[in-house]
Amino acid sequence: MPQSAEKVLDHAGLFKEPEYQEIFERKKAQFEGGCGADKVREVADWTRTMEYREINFKREALVINPAKACQPLGAVLCASGFEGTLPYVHGSQGCVAYFRSHFNRHFKEPCSAVSDSMTEDAAVFGGLNNMVDGLANAHALYKPKMIAVSTTCMAEVIGDDLDGFIKIAKQKGSIPEDFRVPFAHTPSFVGSHVTGYDNMLKGFLTSFWDGKTRAETTAPAININGGFDGYCVANNRELKRMMKEMGVEATIISDPSEVFDTPTDGEFRMYAGGTTAAQMEAALDARGTVFMQGISAAKSAEYVEKAGQKAVSLHCPVGVTGTDAFLMAVSELTGQAIPASLELERGRLVDAIADSQAHLHGKRFALFGDPDMLLGLTAFLLELGAEPVHILCTNATKDWTEKINALLAASPFGKDAKAWPGKDLWHLRSLLATEPVDFLIGSSHGKYLERDIGTPLIRIGFPIFDRHHHHRFPIWGYQGGLNVLVKILDKIFDTLDAKTTDSASFDLVR
Amino acid sequence: MSAVLDDKTRNKALINEVLEVYPEKAAKKRAKHLNVYEEGKPDCGVKSNIKSLPGVMTIRGCAYAGSKGVVWGPIKDMVHVSHGPVGCGQYSWATRRNYYNGTTGVDAFGAMQITSDFQEKDIVFGGDKKLDKLVDEITQVFPLAKGISVQSECPIGLIGDDIEAVSKKKSKEVGLPMVPVRCEGFRGVSQSLGHHIANDAIRDWVFDKADYNAPFESTPYDVVLMADYNIGGDAWSSRILLEEMGLRVIGQGTGDATLKEIEMMPRAKLLLLHCYRSMNYIARHVEEKYGVPWFEYNLFGPTKIAESLRGIAAFFDDSIKEKAEQVIAKYTALSQAVIDKYKPRLAGKKVMLYVGGLRPRHVVGAYEDLGMEVCGTGYEFGHGDDYQRTTHYVKDGTLIYDDVTSFELEKFAEKIRPDLMASGVKEKYIFQKMGIPFRQMHSWDYSGPYHGYDGFAIFARDMDMAINSPVWGMTKAPWKK
Ligand code: SF4
Ligand code: SF4
Repeated sequence: MPQSAEKVLDHAGLFKEPEYQEIFERKKAQFEGGCGADKVREVADWTRTMEYREINFKREALVINPAKACQPLGAVLCASGFEGTLPYVHGSQGCVAYFRSHFNRHFKEPCSAVSDSMTEDAAVFGGLNNMVDGLANAHALYKPKMIAVSTTCMAEVIGDDLDGFIKIAKQKGSIPEDFRVPFAHTPSFVGSHVTGYDNMLKGFLTSFWDGKTRAETTAPAININGGFDGYCVANNRELKRMMKEMGVEATIISDPSEVFDTPTDGEFRMYAGGTTAAQMEAALDARGTVFMQGISAAKSAEYVEKAGQKAVSLHCPVGVTGTDAFLMAVSELTGQAIPASLELERGRLVDAIADSQAHLHGKRFALFGDPDMLLGLTAFLLELGAEPVHILCTNATKDWTEKINALLAASPFGKDAKAWPGKDLWHLRSLLATEPVDFLIGSSHGKYLERDIGTPLIRIGFPIFDRHHHHRFPIWGYQGGLNVLVKILDKIFDTLDAKTTDSASFDLVR
Repeated sequence: MSAVLDDKTRNKALINEVLEVYPEKAAKKRAKHLNVYEEGKPDCGVKSNIKSLPGVMTIRGCAYAGSKGVVWGPIKDMVHVSHGPVGCGQYSWATRRNYYNGTTGVDAFGAMQITSDFQEKDIVFGGDKKLDKLVDEITQVFPLAKGISVQSECPIGLIGDDIEAVSKKKSKEVGLPMVPVRCEGFRGVSQSLGHHIANDAIRDWVFDKADYNAPFESTPYDVVLMADYNIGGDAWSSRILLEEMGLRVIGQGTGDATLKEIEMMPRAKLLLLHCYRSMNYIARHVEEKYGVPWFEYNLFGPTKIAESLRGIAAFFDDSIKEKAEQVIAKYTALSQAVIDKYKPRLAGKKVMLYVGGLRPRHVVGAYEDLGMEVCGTGYEFGHGDDYQRTTHYVKDGTLIYDDVTSFELEKFAEKIRPDLMASGVKEKYIFQKMGIPFRQMHSWDYSGPYHGYDGFAIFARDMDMAINSPVWGMTKAPWKK
């Protein structure tokens, strides 16, 4: 009997025991009707060939393991970043259950969002009644300061009109007339989660800024938006810290850094922190808005510019040059100098890179993730002397492809690289099998690639489900660069140790 | 006043308290879903399987989750296409922990997200052509796939696609079974209708296409273990007991199942059903059409395990009955050692449950084996028959909450202050913040298996580590005490 009370074996150990192995063998041989181990091995080997790669890349309809999610997920993240705001998704309820659990698994935190639970009758008659009752119920139970409405694909396919519905709900007394309900249509069959984030953000900006006249402040005040960022908890804090060092008054527009990082002290806080309504109003007068993920914030940036404000689009400042560009942009907007303290941090990051560069130089990487994140990470790899090889972006835009190609062309370390817009992780599997690299950077979903192909995975991206607390450490700014550097180096050294355990090269000092 | 009366009064007051906060119309509706169980009553006195109210933060999911996530998704040698936009399949990608053996992407397709990734043009012009092409591509990239299922997401039923016609045509063309499932998320009120639709699809597209006249070497001891999704290996730690008692498990599902094993249901002498809620439909069909009896069993905790093994053995001859006793005897020492170790640490602890369609009752016995007490329970998507069956498990005065809202559950827990909250990932972090120990009871919180004797040891260990973790002693800063 493999189990005992003294040493309890769970799934990780239990099923390796002979009693279970026998069961597996018997089940397979007698009842499963499979094609036998030899055939499976043969096909598995074939899936790693060039021939398979060609078949795989011919796919036009079938998508396998994409690295993207749908629009309303982004809308929920964006809405979570405003003070006292309840994300509300108009449409079928299953989606919201999924959005919430997706964020639960990534942040290991609660995620509050409601659905108005449209069902078959709403499919026929439209979801107006759901909106009328839903807003009333949500308002009564969860006492939000704002409700931010987005849509599931059901509501989009039947063509529900959010603006009209919200107005009617107000007329019917579901919520007070002056209650603020920013909204955005977020069809899941267009773009990805970053598109939905952008749409919702624009919804907030529109709600607060439309019809207002702008009077630019003389104070060194700017807005910063992080975009759909799995590291928002730590990154936003890091941004605030850097801005304080510079003497810049920065409003983070959509700041979920508190709500996704509340303490365990006996109290559940459904709402915590977030951009306030007052901040949003004042934000119109700021000197400009910096979008940390510019490609994914195209619509919001356009709106900001229309409102008469400067919009600066960056692409995830991971590392030295990215952070340099960020700070210089802020300095230019505000007239504030970059202080010695930040320059010191910069020097320390450069120092760390210099110490480790020999281990990084020429190492070949594959990466997948969101568009701006890939630009930021690629830029960092290039400045480390590493060589990005496959850069795969399922939710790429034309803009991304142009930018990443320009970035690669500008560095000798980018000459072997190829950008793969619109491809999925099954494509990446073929790339890794036929043109191997040393390391892979991406979300937890990359672990299957690591298992199948053997390329060590460095977890940077969204979602990170199978490692804890990574999101509590920033990846932006010089400090963030240091964190990313250490993540990469740890994997490099672990891999080297594993490779050299049986040899003289198992060095104590590396 | 006795403690039970005390609890009853408090629970009734609690229900009133939460109802007061709702708008009138909603309060009336929610009142029907909340109750305090009265001993001797034939059910729990709540309405169920009714639409969730808009805007209340129901914990429920949708029919797609019930079909793709629960019933079909775990069938490992088939490719399950999440048909529609990318989201649904992305969020349900490998998060349920229905374990399987096999080479993923080669002869097994479980921990994968395979989708038609609808774009605007597919919504406007329909997705049937895309589906047609996608099937060809599946046969090219996954030559060992034994079948394909089409798991409909919301848009499919709204844009008038004919996935049945495409399935029939392509099935012939490529020579693989192809199963269209109309589990669009807007159908029904929860995952539950998705289970039902998925069951019907097994009936119509698997059984009705299989040839049960083909020769098959049967034995008098053939059983199929169904409606066990092998979360963390549950079905395996169940199967081991069935085999030890001399039964031949000719099929297992849908956790770690192959399509062939699903086809075995009508061939069995007895169909064993763990999750009644999600597969009773097909069990009833198999009974009616093929004359195979079915039995709902429960492998949580030694008391229920012994009861169930005896219940199963009762369908067979004395040799099986004897072996069942031997199995029970064989594991008694293990169970006793587990109880001896953990009961002193857990006795008297109060648990609140809120799970899907089965566990709100099925796990009660396992807690009681450890001396714990369930003081509140409810189903995300149970039906009337579930609440009837629940009366066999719960005590007088238990708080019952059907399709509970996040608001209600939080308020209940705040007042009751259970020693353990056992629910899902969406609830986990809420209650931990409140300082209430928590275990996820859908995914076993990344642990398991919990079924069978081997699983009970893990269950006990996990409940102990949740409740007796030193972390709960640190939630208040000492200078504030
Ligand atoms: S793709 Fe559509 S149905 Fe699926 S989760 Fe996204 S919005 Fe919901
Ligand atoms: S055991 Fe519960 S959670 Fe699992 S499938 Fe059945 S109803 Fe769903």
